[in-house]
Amino acid sequence: MHGRPRKAPTQEEQEASSLKAVKLRELQSQLLNFHRNKIYTKEAVDISTKLLESNPEHYTGWNYRKLSVQNLLESALDSDSVQSILDEELRLVENALKQNFKSYGAWHHRKWILSKGHSSTDKELRLLGKFQKLDARNFHAWNYRRFITALKEIPDEKELQYTTDMIYDNFSNYSAWHNRSVLLSHLMEAREGHSGKENVLGEEFEFVRSALFTDPDDQSGWFYHLWLLYQTLKREPLLITSWPSTGSNIQLSVNGYLDGQSLLPVLHFQSKARKYPIILCFNEAVEGVCSSTVTVECEYHAGDDLIWTPLSANKLDFAQAWLTYLNFPDEVNSLKPYSVKITVAHVPGITSLSGAPCSTTHTSFTVCVPLHDLKHAELQTMERISWKEEKFRACATQPQDANLLHSLGNFKITMENKPSASDWSMETIFTEIAHCRELLSATDCKIGKLTLARLLMAHNTLISYSRPNDGAEIHYDEILALYRDLMKMDPKHLCYYEDEYSLALLKQLTSNTESLLKYSYEYQESTSPSMKSSLCLRLNGLSLSRLGSMECLLWVQMLDLSHNKLRSVEGLEALQLLSYLNLSNNKICSFTALEPIRMLKALQVLDVSYNEIGAHSVDSSRYLCSSPMNHAVGNDWNFEEFANGGIKLNDHWDAFLVFKDLNLIQLEIMGNPVVNDQLKAFLFKIMPELKWLDGEKCN
Amino acid sequence: MDETASYPPIEPSNFDLIVIGTGLPESILASAASATGKNVLHLDPNPFYGTLYSSLPLNELTSFLRSQSQPLTPENDESTPQLLTLPLYSSIEINSLSLEPIENSRKLNLDLSGPRVLLCSDSMIDLILKTGINQYMEFKSVDASFVGDAEGNLGSVPDSRSAIFKDRSLSLTEKNQLMKLFKLVQGHIGKESGEDDLISEEDLESPFVEFLNKFGLSQKLKSIILYAIVLADHDQDNLENCKDVINTKSGIDHLALYHSSIGRFPNANGPMIYPIYGQGELPQAFCRRAAVKGCIYKNGLDSFNETFETPFGLGLDVRFVVFKKLRCDLGWVLRMPVAALLMDKDGLTYKGVKLVSGQELFSNQLILAPCFMIPSRLTPAAQVANSYDVGRRDAKEKVARGICIAKSSVKPEAANCLVFFPPKSLYPEQKTTVRVLQLSGNVAACPSGMFVTYLSAMCDNAVEGKKLLDAAISALFSLPICGNSENNGIEKLSEHTDSKPILLWSALYIQELTMFQDSFNSISFTPLPDEHLHYNYLLDATEKLYQKIYPNEEFLTQTNLPEEPVDDDSSELD
Repeated sequence: MHGRPRKAPTQEEQEASSLKAVKLRELQSQLLNFHRNKIYTKEAVDISTKLLESNPEHYTGWNYRKLSVQNLLESALDSDSVQSILDEELRLVENALKQNFKSYGAWHHRKWILSKGHSSTDKELRLLGKFQKLDARNFHAWNYRRFITALKEIPDEKELQYTTDMIYDNFSNYSAWHNRSVLLSHLMEAREGHSGKENVLGEEFEFVRSALFTDPDDQSGWFYHLWLLYQTLKREPLLITSWPSTGSNIQLSVNGYLDGQSLLPVLHFQSKARKYPIILCFNEAVEGVCSSTVTVECEYHAGDDLIWTPLSANKLDFAQAWLTYLNFPDEVNSLKPYSVKITVAHVPGITSLSGAPCSTTHTSFTVCVPLHDLKHAELQTMERISWKEEKFRACATQPQDANLLHSLGNFKITMENKPSASDWSMETIFTEIAHCRELLSATDCKIGKLTLARLLMAHNTLISYSRPNDGAEIHYDEILALYRDLMKMDPKHLCYYEDEYSLALLKQLTSNTESLLKYSYEYQESTSPSMKSSLCLRLNGLSLSRLGSMECLLWVQMLDLSHNKLRSVEGLEALQLLSYLNLSNNKICSFTALEPIRMLKALQVLDVSYNEIGAHSVDSSRYLCSSPMNHAVGNDWNFEEFANGGIKLNDHWDAFLVFKDLNLIQLEIMGNPVVNDQLKAFLFKIMPELKWLDGEKCN
Repeated sequence: MDETASYPPIEPSNFDLIVIGTGLPESILASAASATGKNVLHLDPNPFYGTLYSSLPLNELTSFLRSQSQPLTPENDESTPQLLTLPLYSSIEINSLSLEPIENSRKLNLDLSGPRVLLCSDSMIDLILKTGINQYMEFKSVDASFVGDAEGNLGSVPDSRSAIFKDRSLSLTEKNQLMKLFKLVQGHIGKESGEDDLISEEDLESPFVEFLNKFGLSQKLKSIILYAIVLADHDQDNLENCKDVINTKSGIDHLALYHSSIGRFPNANGPMIYPIYGQGELPQAFCRRAAVKGCIYKNGLDSFNETFETPFGLGLDVRFVVFKKLRCDLGWVLRMPVAALLMDKDGLTYKGVKLVSGQELFSNQLILAPCFMIPSRLTPAAQVANSYDVGRRDAKEKVARGICIAKSSVKPEAANCLVFFPPKSLYPEQKTTVRVLQLSGNVAACPSGMFVTYLSAMCDNAVEGKKLLDAAISALFSLPICGNSENNGIEKLSEHTDSKPILLWSALYIQELTMFQDSFNSISFTPLPDEHLHYNYLLDATEKLYQKIYPNEEFLTQTNLPEEPVDDDSSELD
């Protein structure tokens, strides 16, 4: 069934095939006629038998067949005639499967017949035995097997033994490994307590290890290993960071920067609308964050009417980061710090994709509004932001900044009752790392390297859960080296390795204050006499192709990601404070790829110059993006609004999607093939507040 | 002489080839010659097929062994030199250890030159399929192979990907290394011409054991590969004193043969198979093919088929005579063996044979089974050599063979299995591998509930040979207690080896291993059963002999027998 070369049909075969097609067309038109007129005579049913036996892919045929069976069953007099009707169907399916073993319609029809009862599941198992001997990997057969074993209530243990036998026979069998994972999931659920799960997984690791060592180039075992790894690491979702961060004291202002102070965004927030965001970041995407699952205790605000919004571009109900807004304290005399306490409750409600509930976590901070801020209520006139090198001064050289920045390292939520990574999973990962290294010392195998990199990442993650920032053995350099190796070894999967490399690098950069400090710069506006400065995180020129570790960067207001290889900016949506963003000289190839930016309400300055927007005729992110095409958004779009001004929304719907809700003041878009005068005019039209476009000042 | 008279004379009396003996090489040669249109007379003085390759009931086996161990004294008759029997076997030692005699001893089919099996991809199987004789035979697969030690512990032989995966005695690194070696071998064998060699020319010429060392294999794995897969006889670790150093090329060829044998037939779960009813079935099948060949040209002469199909048990002294002829007269059955050779007046040139019945038959060529001898004075060349060893070079090496009967299996989960005792595994001075093949009732080697075990080992003399086999037997079996002074020791031993099968009957004998000899004055001798586990070398030697006799004729080309078409590859395997 596998690895058979396809041969071009000979002249004779072609003729035979076209002859068959003529016959099939004839049968098909007869069948459709019977179907339409609801004729279920023996003659009509025989025609459908003929058709389905030679072409099991005819779905209408199977539907007709089901109707005819129902019809026959209604007039069936006794159980014997019922039996014979159903047996006839089973026989038909068997013949159809002989014709095409992988016919969905035929397998489905068989299930349908079985669901009517009256059939021997033993016979089905025997038949399956035959099929699975012919092709041990066929997933239709395995699917059907699961159906039958459920019907027959065969214990999972017994089926597990069957997969063991099949794997012993030939361990290059994804289907058998997969069925094993399904069965074990059931068994682990049934067995209460952790030790049961730990024993099962321990045995399975050992079992699959034999396969990995015997033939490291065979991927089926590695896939199973990955599943085991996932089971080992699987845990309840956790609140890991927030903004404002735990223990921080945030100064709120309405109108901008305070004179004479070097302001750190971790400590300061400005909003004309007199509200500030609260962002909760979990270690994985969760759903169910709402005012009933998250309690906000605030001295001046009831906090029970808050609306939490998921910050996710893709899955509408699941997000790693969640957002809500709190108002500034109303009172005039607000020098007094108000404390805010947020509790993520351990009630069923917040769950991960796998359904695990979130454990209870707290985060708290204080806010205050300095008096003089209220006095200096004058409007700021903003300069055009330049991303030129000379504008930036490295923070690492400024000890006083370093001091201030020190608080950056403490933004992670430390919980008194935070469940530390179990010793068992730590030990398991240790063992697997050791075995992986042993294997790699004997065999240069790419999937082994990839697994080692994943294991090391998992190890780092576990460490970060249990002992934050205590400098325990971390492996980022080794992980990065492994991915660099893989890029050379396996250029076919370059993009994937680049992405994983980027995630590991970002994890490394954000893992502690010292490394973050190396990438932190002070931005100075030269023209302003007050020497106002902002803190800018410059992650430029790092070959990043994907973003990650955003939960550690919630405080960032100014971010330079230029000169990377970014194809997507997924993850940026969590940076709700971001005002200045440089994405120039990346590989973003469509407006739709910028979708996460839509959610950055604070964004004022965006540089997407010198990307590849419009360079590719096929926009691969287009169908992932919520758009009028998939009806995810856009029902509220007023197409009429643009019908007049000579601008066609249809041509620029993707630009409209990204920019319509942004309040950009400055946008750089040059160096993208898509740019032309029409687009520029369109952008001005949809963003009335835009002052600079590609350096040109707007009138 | 009354008996003699009851047999009709053979008509005509001139043939292209007379073959005496129905051993495997003789049968193949008769079949090959008849297939190319030669006029062949095939004779056998024994009342069974197979000569030295036969499978016999217990009593017949012992009497045959004994008959082949005593040379007859030639009568002096200058004009017609007698055909004598060569003493092939020596030191025959038969032990009946059970108080009651072996029941159903007629139901045993004991191989005379065991242990021997077929590898599913070897040249013998190819020949069997090519000639279509698979339709006359059935096979069973050998369930498993083991490597044994002096205590009788049998470790499995991880010989395939799934076996490596399953094996619990291998370390992870060993699994990795072993599979890597297997893959390298497959890659090397499967490479297209022009691709870079995966193994350098220099490596290919070097000893295989050095190659394995380079590969970093553990002693255990090396031993498994060398002795249980590549089937080396001599201690490869001791290169200076090793009589047969296996080089990397042949080691790899053999590994590849072994691997291609796994899974060739869907019904065979291992690489090796064994013919049901014993290896004696093979020569018999070739004889039958030779007969059918003759029959085809004879327009389906039914009477011949009837003669030929005469089943066993008629008590005929000579099984049958087979010809391939374009003329009409075909089959006779002789009662008397060949008595003498007819030579030219010069006493050097072969003319024909004289049957015991007194009839003289003439042929251009004579092929003799190697158990016959011609008195030395006929051939000047032989007078230089040993008195009876015409055309043969003296070889010191012999093979010790043993047959054991027990009522339980040496490995409970395996009915038909191989056990290898590599050099030094039984005792430190052990120089050669002892190979063991256990067969059960399901290959009709014995009644069900019994197990027949064959052993063989290369040796320089009978003492060494017996020591090798005895060590292997005591590792595998527990010997019934005999009433002698060493009672205590034996009791302890039997306690210790409770689970081992109890040995009921055994036969040990030493077989000569003289090398294949050239044809001489139109007389050729076929090769003796060799020391190997398979037929490959024997078949090579047979083909060479054929090419020497008939340099311009093809050796058994592909044929389909119209009345008995060749089935699919798999169908002959149950």
